[in-house]
Amino acid sequence: MAKLVLNEEERMLADSARAFLDDAAPVKHLRELRDAGRTHDPALWKAMAEMGWAGILVPESAGGADMGHAAAGLLAGEMGKTLVASPFLSSAVIAATALRQVSDRRAADALAGIASGEVTYALAIDEGPKFAPEATRMEARREGNGFRLTGRKTFVVDGGFADRLLVLARTGEGLTLFDIPADRAGVSREGRAMIDSRDAARIDFDAVEATGEDVLGQVDDAMRVLRPALEAGQAALAAELSGLAAGAFGMTVGYLKERKQFGVLIGQFQALQHRAADLWCQTEVTASAILHAGRKLDEDPENATLAVSLAKARATETAKAAVIEGVQMHGGIGMTDAFDMGFYMKRARVGAEWLGDYGWHAEQVARLRGF
Amino acid sequence: MGGDMAAETEDPAGFRAELREWLEANCPESLRDANGPEDSICWGGKRWVFESEDQKLWLERCVTRGLTVPTWPKEYGGAGYSREQEKVFHQEMARINARWPLQSFGIWMLGPALLHFGTPEQKAHFLPPISRGEIRWCQGYSEPGAGSDLASVQTRCEDKGDHWLVNGQKIWTSYADQADWIFALVRTDREAKKHLGITFLLLDMTSPGVTTRPIKLISGASPFCETFFDNVEVPKEHAPGISSVVGTVNRGWDVAKYLLTHERTMISATGSGARSLGAVLSEEMGGITDASLRAAAVKAEVDALAIGLTLERYKDMAESGQGVGDASAMLKYVGTELNKDRHELMMATGGSEALEWDGPHGTRPADWLRTKANSIEGGTSEVMLGIVSRRVLGLPG
Repeated sequence: MAKLVLNEEERMLADSARAFLDDAAPVKHLRELRDAGRTHDPALWKAMAEMGWAGILVPESAGGADMGHAAAGLLAGEMGKTLVASPFLSSAVIAATALRQVSDRRAADALAGIASGEVTYALAIDEGPKFAPEATRMEARREGNGFRLTGRKTFVVDGGFADRLLVLARTGEGLTLFDIPADRAGVSREGRAMIDSRDAARIDFDAVEATGEDVLGQVDDAMRVLRPALEAGQAALAAELSGLAAGAFGMTVGYLKERKQFGVLIGQFQALQHRAADLWCQTEVTASAILHAGRKLDEDPENATLAVSLAKARATETAKAAVIEGVQMHGGIGMTDAFDMGFYMKRARVGAEWLGDYGWHAEQVARLRGF
Repeated sequence: MGGDMAAETEDPAGFRAELREWLEANCPESLRDANGPEDSICWGGKRWVFESEDQKLWLERCVTRGLTVPTWPKEYGGAGYSREQEKVFHQEMARINARWPLQSFGIWMLGPALLHFGTPEQKAHFLPPISRGEIRWCQGYSEPGAGSDLASVQTRCEDKGDHWLVNGQKIWTSYADQADWIFALVRTDREAKKHLGITFLLLDMTSPGVTTRPIKLISGASPFCETFFDNVEVPKEHAPGISSVVGTVNRGWDVAKYLLTHERTMISATGSGARSLGAVLSEEMGGITDASLRAAAVKAEVDALAIGLTLERYKDMAESGQGVGDASAMLKYVGTELNKDRHELMMATGGSEALEWDGPHGTRPADWLRTKANSIEGGTSEVMLGIVSRRVLGLPG
């Protein structure tokens, strides 16, 4: 397997991403969106697409950059550092990976749409408060040559503005993944006000018509397409959380070096030093799991489940620790809305739940390690 | 890292195939027990008593191929392996569950120090006997008054023209009672600032005036000793052109710091290649019914896998020229704390059966108690966190 260090190309990608995002999407950008009552910035996504990020996992034949999952993780990590709101995970990672599992004309066209930034996707999978794709109950009843989808999906991330939806539904024998436009008759979506100020929708399907054309992959065999897409999304989300932890931690260490109390810098207190040092150790350990998951998805995707769940489990816990300590070590100012740490804390909580929380992924590790 | 996560690398030159064949043909059946107790691995040295003909044979065979120190240059008894080849070697050893042919502080610590700081003459003199398991070394660092604060060593070393005169006491000297030689930090300048008056000295444990006394630990074992130097005369040159000082007189701290980095990385690796806790748990408890025990074990497993990958990543970084430096303190800290957690869990799964010294779980209670030293030896966890906070994070002292 490729080394667990960044190569020249990867380093350049991360550096250029950081330079662009510091300018175009610092945390202030998310704050401005929130204050304006918006969850998404199409102009920002367009600029990202022009740099090739929307097509990071799209084949070159469909206009993508095809740089792989480790590279996608680097971008997600840089986005995480400044809490960049974009459909990168939903469209460029999850939907693109799902569509790549299918080799027909329609999938190729859809991938081209993603790469250009013109088409955005959202994954409609959750129905209850916890991630449990296998327990999907929403029904796609056969009718003539097609299906009728009826039911409700919750926590559809980026579902409030996405052009298309990947919808998981039960079809008699098993689960089937549908790829339908979000404005199809019978689809009604309601954006929810989320704690992280980003987009997520509740979507009702009222006898929505779907044809065989709308099925991604095979009927009753959603997981063949969905599992790789979920794992890609989980790995990239883990990378985002790892970046988020690094961003929050950087602010905290900076504060320890400038804040004075009792006549000394608070960073001189050993109680705080050791907690900060422990946190740094945790972020380093998690960073290894993140890079490894990206490499594994690129080189041995059939056997990446353990690596991906390890990354998501670790990243969830590390991000949580980083934001809790971030607020605590900043003291009073950490509690205020005017200060950015709260944004990190809220996004960390959303990222913890999305695509499986710590318990869900730890359970995968347990299963694969013989528990 | 567990076997199911380590991908086999490509093998264009047939390196793996050839090595596999050699190991299959040469590793005695009775030594394919890598999961056995730690002390079943040969330590070498003049006093070593082989437990079996096979153990002796395995060492000799590995020596002929440089496999006791695979990454050392061939001229010093190594195999000259690259890091990639070393990885393959480890995977192939694990594949047949082969016991390590030789372990020693010479391999882990003095060797790397000599390779980095030694003169060509010192390397040629001291390294080959280490690679062959002929000379067993111990490390003389800590003193009763210099534990976490290692740089305040007081063992006095006076220049007497053709020899050094050493007086003082070391403590926590691992296996000093069984070692042939010692590498020690001694004070050669009492006026200089404490980091600057230290010298890294090599001396023969059979020199008149050297005595050792084992220290019995809570585990019942005595891996550590007190070592006393009473007017010990150490020649300036052990043989013509072979200085008894590594590096420069009064600059031994540079060597010590370099070595501590190695030691930390090594201690942190303890237990990272161990079986999954889940496998142990399900064997012993028929699947776990105690939810809190299981949850703790799963968390330890998650952390163990991630820490294993971190060791891997830092080795890759070192190989691509990015220094590990002070981050070794991180590796030591997370590795040893995890190892303590693992052994707590092993004791809990063993239940009352693991409370007997020689019960159904063998050395488990002794191993558990031994791990408590992991986060103390080579620098305590608190010292490691101090290093990270000051040198990595740049927090004010």
